[in-house]
Amino acid sequence: MMYAALYFAFTCYGLGLLFNLWRIATGPDAADRILALDTMVINVIALLILFGIYKGTAVYYEASMLVAMVGFVSTVAYCRFVLRGDIIE
Amino acid sequence: MNPIAELLISFFIVVSGVFGLVGSYGLIKLRDTMQRLHGPTKATTLGVGGVLIASMLYFLTKGSLSFHELLITLFLFLTGPITANFIAKTYMARNLRQRDLPQTGRDYGWSVYDDPPNQPKDF
Repeated sequence: MMYAALYFAFTCYGLGLLFNLWRIATGPDAADRILALDTMVINVIALLILFGIYKGTAVYYEASMLVAMVGFVSTVAYCRFVLRGDIIE
Repeated sequence: MNPIAELLISFFIVVSGVFGLVGSYGLIKLRDTMQRLHGPTKATTLGVGGVLIASMLYFLTKGSLSFHELLITLFLFLTGPITANFIAKTYMARNLRQRDLPQTGRDYGWSVYDDPPNQPKDF
């Protein structure tokens, strides 16, 4: 039963990633693309933890923690680049 | 595995999957950028939170209680508002002019348009 739930959640988050790709491709503004990339990072974090449950190992927490940190830094860097034209002034 | 624990883990996984899908669907469904800021917060809080609760329960049934899932939740809760603020500022700087916005009621205007003053009086 748990594996059926895991497959369901994999499908949901995979579909969510496709929606985010659609928003990145057609987003009318740079803010939409940044938001879609940030949502993509969150979906990937959830997918990594689900994959850790699927495999039964605790290795994937570190990977998801790294993805969370790098995603935050990249979102802030992208926003600062659009806002100020430079990342580190 | 205990069937009640398995049921509970499956429940949390399914709920988090539904909320993650709703968050990403809101990203393509809602009409305006400022409205779209609202959608992915569901994926952040309930989606990832449900997955992390399910993973804590799963590793509890395997005999090891671990709390470092809560670190990811804490990190996402800390960084989510900062990210939303930055995205809103990006949208404002590119799409709204200063005369579209209300007055700040202070000595200096919106920080998106003005450089910060060197020594603000009320700091």
